Amino acid sequence: MIAYFFQLIGQFVQDMRRQKLRTFFTVFGITWGTVAVILLLGFGQGLEKEVMKGMRGMGSNIVIFGGRRTTKAFRGLGKGRWIGLREDDANLLRERIPYMDFISPENNRQVHLTRGRNKRMVNVAGIYPGYGPVRNLWPAAGGRFLNEPDSKMKRRVVFIGDELRDQLFGEGSDAVGKIILMNSIPFKVVGVMIEKTQNSAYMGRDRGSAFIPFSTYSEIFSGRIYVNRFICRAKRAVDTPRMRKEIYSVLGRKYKFDPTDEQALWMWDTTEGQQFFFYFFLGFQIFMGIGGLLTLLVGGIGVANIMYVVVRERRKEIGIKTALGATPNTILLQFMTETFFIVAIGAVSGFAISYGVVSIVQSPLFENIHEYVGKPEINPLVASCALITLGLVGFAAGWAPARRAASTDPVQALEF
Amino acid sequence: MIVLENVGKQYDMGAIKVLALDGVSLEIGAGEMLAVLGPSGSGKSTLMNLLGCLDTPSSGSYRLDGELVSEMNRTQLAAVRNRKIGFVFQNFNLLGYATAQENVELPLIYARTPTVERRRRAIEMLELVGLGDRVKHRPAELSGGQRQRVAMARALANDPDIILADEPTGNLDSKSGEEIVALFENLHKRGKTLIVVTHDKNVAGHCKRVITLLDGRIDTDIRKGDSNRAAR
Ligand SMILES: Nc1ncnc2c1ncn2[C@@H]1O[C@H](COP(=O)(O)OP(=O)(O)O)[C@@H](O)[C@H]1O
Ligand SMILES: [Mg+2]
Repeated sequence: MIAYFFQLIGQFVQDMRRQKLRTFFTVFGITWGTVAVILLLGFGQGLEKEVMKGMRGMGSNIVIFGGRRTTKAFRGLGKGRWIGLREDDANLLRERIPYMDFISPENNRQVHLTRGRNKRMVNVAGIYPGYGPVRNLWPAAGGRFLNEPDSKMKRRVVFIGDELRDQLFGEGSDAVGKIILMNSIPFKVVGVMIEKTQNSAYMGRDRGSAFIPFSTYSEIFSGRIYVNRFICRAKRAVDTPRMRKEIYSVLGRKYKFDPTDEQALWMWDTTEGQQFFFYFFLGFQIFMGIGGLLTLLVGGIGVANIMYVVVRERRKEIGIKTALGATPNTILLQFMTETFFIVAIGAVSGFAISYGVVSIVQSPLFENIHEYVGKPEINPLVASCALITLGLVGFAAGWAPARRAASTDPVQALEF
Repeated sequence: MIVLENVGKQYDMGAIKVLALDGVSLEIGAGEMLAVLGPSGSGKSTLMNLLGCLDTPSSGSYRLDGELVSEMNRTQLAAVRNRKIGFVFQNFNLLGYATAQENVELPLIYARTPTVERRRRAIEMLELVGLGDRVKHRPAELSGGQRQRVAMARALANDPDIILADEPTGNLDSKSGEEIVALFENLHKRGKTLIVVTHDKNVAGHCKRVITLLDGRIDTDIRKGDSNRAAR
């Protein structure tokens, strides 16, 4: 069997030598197609990852809302009433909506932050401690996010973005435990955010912001009782639409507005954007995949073509082998194997080239484009897609010529 | 062992139908040495192709060792050819890219003979035909007579009962032809059934039975030794 295999290889090399140029172009076609499939899908995946990472920078599956004006009359009350939400609405909603995972009120304003001679106007937000993980505000080593005792005791503690830290303390310096002045009130820095990618926001990027306990914020800044907005999240992303409805009905009951009056509250459901991008990238990947596939298909036609030539040129040989006892299946197998050899050579070089290109683009040399298109990658999904396609192309390209070879009439083939 | 009953072979060439064989009935026993003569176009090659299971008849039946070959499919026919029949052609039909030994190994490959045994057997056959010193030569490096002897070795590789030769000496000089005939004699002595299509009187002269074809029918069937002459 092994000897038979070697004989096939030898035969194959012989054939291909006789058709050097044509073989080269055929192999090249497959290589090109493989590179196209892998790179298109690989770059698509890298881009998707980058965008999705940025989307999640703000936090996964969060819903942000606040009060607005009613546009429908309700139970004798006219329209155009202003709905002002308060901190205790957070507790109310949590109690009434069992599948709400988390909710925090959020107020913010611009303040002066001072550290030594460095002074900055920045956005500061008052929030509950659970806000950190939900909004992906992770403390760098040595620090922490705000916690429950901070809230309870209205501590003057602050969590700051990494960029803000750089501006106040100097790039990369240690800020934890140090004091900064917020509108001349001293605050202790308890944590600095680790760097993250974020491409959507509603009050400036987190990197340049400061976060303090909601209780502290209320004590220092607010004379008023109203809350700018709430951030909340459902336990499971699929419950988000249900949760949105419930917010309207719970608050509608409390503040007496029509729960179908969408204008009574403003609401931003970030899961919608994520869904959009999910489908967008699915479509994008399919588009890229089809592009690569067509290229491979053209390569496959080239292979089929050369195999037809090989079969025709080796008619006599097929006749001899058949006369000596080769079955139609043996002949079929021989030509299928040869086809797969061609495809395999093209595929291997295609994979090698793709791997090279991806490695180069992934290297720090191309750092400035990673921000826009992400890092391309050859993951198992991309690789197996390419492999399956190559297998199918090889099979499709080999089948017809091999069948023709197998059905050769030995009597006619042996006539000279 | 070979039994043809009323075998016909018709070629359809569009409007024209050529009746290459027309009602041939023939029995050939094991160990016979038989020559097939006849003018060009009389159906000799067609008959050989049928006997060799390269083709199936349009009508009639062909039994080989009791098996109804005329009803077999291509795969079954391939197995029969491989096991029971060795071919020798006028134009040798060797694989040009393969060495003498590799050519002789081909039928053994299809018989799934283990590698070591296959090599041994191929070399043994080449020695039998007097080419023990040419095993690694390719056909282009051999003379016509040597090529035909490689073909003989190949035909014998699987130790078939029947050797079919279609004008084996047609492309050879008389000396090489003699060598082939000597090999045939040798095989005949070993009990092989030999069927040879030939124009060569010398070859026919060695055969114990001579059939003459004419227009796809058996014209004469002469056995030497007895002057029994069966017409048609
Ligand atoms: N493949 C074929 N297609 C059509 N006609 C054929 C074919 N092979 C042989 N014939 C015809 O059948 C007849 C017998 O041919 P063949 O057996 O080759 O004769 P011979 O070998 O005695 O010269 C001839 O008339 C030939 O033209
Ligand atoms: Mg002929």
